[in-house]
Amino acid sequence: MTEQLIMLGLILAKLGLIFIVILTLAAYLVLAERKILARMQLRYGPNRVGPFGMLQPLSDLIKLLTKEDFLPAAADKWLFLIAPGLSALTALLTFAVIPFGPPLEIFGRTLPLVVIDLNIGLLYFLGLSSLAVYGMALGGWASNSKYALLGSIRGLSQLISYELSMGLAVVPVVMMARSFSLTEIVMAQAEIPYALLNPPAFLIFLISIVAESKRIPFDMPEAENELVAGFHTEYSGMRFGLFFVGEYINLIILGSMLTVLFLGGWHGPWLPGVVWFSLKVLAVCFFFIWVRASLPRLRYDQLMHFGWKVLLPLALLNALVTGAILLWIGQ
Amino acid sequence: MHLYRDLRGTLQPFWVTLRNMFRKPVTVQYPEQRQQVAERYRARLILTRDPDGEERCVACHLCSAACPVDCISMQATVAEDGRRYAAWFRINFSRCIFCGLCTEACPTLAIQVTGDFELAGRDPLKLVYEKEDLLVDHCGQEPDYNFYRQAGIAVAAPRGGNPTESAPEDPKSLLP
Amino acid sequence: MATWMFYILGAITVVATLLAITQRNPVHAVIYLVNSFFALALLFFLLGAPLVAAWEVIIYAGAIMVLFLFIIMMLEIAPGVEADRYGPNWLQWLPILLLAAALGICTLLLTGLDPVGSNGVPHWYASPRDFGYALFKEYALAIEVVSFQLLFAAVGAFYVGRPERKSKSPAGGDR
Repeated sequence: MTEQLIMLGLILAKLGLIFIVILTLAAYLVLAERKILARMQLRYGPNRVGPFGMLQPLSDLIKLLTKEDFLPAAADKWLFLIAPGLSALTALLTFAVIPFGPPLEIFGRTLPLVVIDLNIGLLYFLGLSSLAVYGMALGGWASNSKYALLGSIRGLSQLISYELSMGLAVVPVVMMARSFSLTEIVMAQAEIPYALLNPPAFLIFLISIVAESKRIPFDMPEAENELVAGFHTEYSGMRFGLFFVGEYINLIILGSMLTVLFLGGWHGPWLPGVVWFSLKVLAVCFFFIWVRASLPRLRYDQLMHFGWKVLLPLALLNALVTGAILLWIGQ
Repeated sequence: MHLYRDLRGTLQPFWVTLRNMFRKPVTVQYPEQRQQVAERYRARLILTRDPDGEERCVACHLCSAACPVDCISMQATVAEDGRRYAAWFRINFSRCIFCGLCTEACPTLAIQVTGDFELAGRDPLKLVYEKEDLLVDHCGQEPDYNFYRQAGIAVAAPRGGNPTESAPEDPKSLLP
Repeated sequence: MATWMFYILGAITVVATLLAITQRNPVHAVIYLVNSFFALALLFFLLGAPLVAAWEVIIYAGAIMVLFLFIIMMLEIAPGVEADRYGPNWLQWLPILLLAAALGICTLLLTGLDPVGSNGVPHWYASPRDFGYALFKEYALAIEVVSFQLLFAAVGAFYVGRPERKSKSPAGGDR
């Protein structure tokens, strides 16, 4: 009984720790993005609240919490109310399957550094990432505003275009690791990360997750200089904050997925596994911010053209070639 | 060739942004670091005095007429010595667009612009400046100009007493 | 425990599906249907078929319903929402309650009560590998036949929905 209680306590501590770390990281990612973006544009970025602006996320939080929670008169009430929660929740739930370190020895028992090691972890991620679009689509539709609706429609068409190539880009990884479990995929990359073994899949997945994160150059759903703020035009206060924090949690999740699937997860010399994992995730996040500073926005027909006519055939071809090579090696 | 061009166009911006990240930002950290504004910067309006220390403004309403947002208003009066002046003079800086047309219009160079741009405040009514807020104790950008010494009327000195004037003609005299 | 979860999820599935076919507003119907799919996927998971559960969510909830929603929004066939000032009534909160129940059970399942290890082990358990073998080795022919049928359906839909040529249709003269 005590054995089970200690195990339960450890699991709960792990959950709480992950929750706090993710939320804090998301908040500070906003600050990091603003600062890095500013430096790339020869500005300083936020540096007023606290030393070097380090308390800026806190003041943003207070601002969002104290603002009026505005509800448009003609909005579809309950959809409007749950959409931001849906968006943040699906992003948070995805972290359940991501292994962020090698199994830890504590109090004489092994504690896997992953909330739940599903044997379909990869499919769980794909499923939740496709559910994540509902928060955006329903929020935009329920606002009963032209701009929000246009943003939602663009978001839906964007999802349909990139998700297929994203799913096909991870097929070679599954074939090489012979498992859907993310822990086993990381284990299989102990020697050499899949980004080096299969660069085309890595590139296709990278482009697809930039589209998945709905950021520049694929930020058509919110395109602030065409659609005011896209799907969250009518949102204010903490509901907008939930959309916002969901977007950044999503960024961390996608960085983790890229790390797990292609960059070798927690494997690396000299440093402990968790540190390597965090460093890789932060590097991917930096890359996302860098992309945002560098590239202009595409039109959404350009994205659909790119997704269906370039990425999808390439991903299919890549899966075919990888399968053939694996078969040839196996014989 | 399109592929090469597209790849180049996609990858080059990354190098530009990365290079810029390590350069010094050009931002001026305003409250701590103040920039010297340009010499002819147009910000807060003042009413200047002439070299003799008298008000230059003759309340001709030209600035008020020139103002595109109608933020200047005044009431004209005449002093006992014949000098015209404004009984009250009011500029509403919450409407002023700092175009400087009033200074162009002013015949006596009384209303002038300064480089003081720190007008922001929480109460818009505090931006309504009265004459005592506007009037300064110096000549502004034209230290030598004195309207009443060029105008040909006997206010600053008797007629003909000013340096550019000759003595008034005596119409009853028959001499040429 | 697993039995209770089964009944709760089953109830959620049935109620959500009933609501999906009775709603006037197509967007609401789509939401209920997604809800139903989600609960159904959890049922599959509970019964020991995680791969089918994942596909249920990815393909049905994640792709097909998104396409439905896209079409509904594009064609604007949803009726306008009348402005009511009194906030949502209890019936309008039902979907949230359903979804919350489904998500709560999902969390419980994933963290503590993975049916693989606990006492409520289902009679059989299909790992992705077993599933793949069954699908592409034992029943490979059947799968191919079904996929061909899908192809025929797609071609047929394309044929039926092709644009008519104006010059050859005698009945289309008044258009």
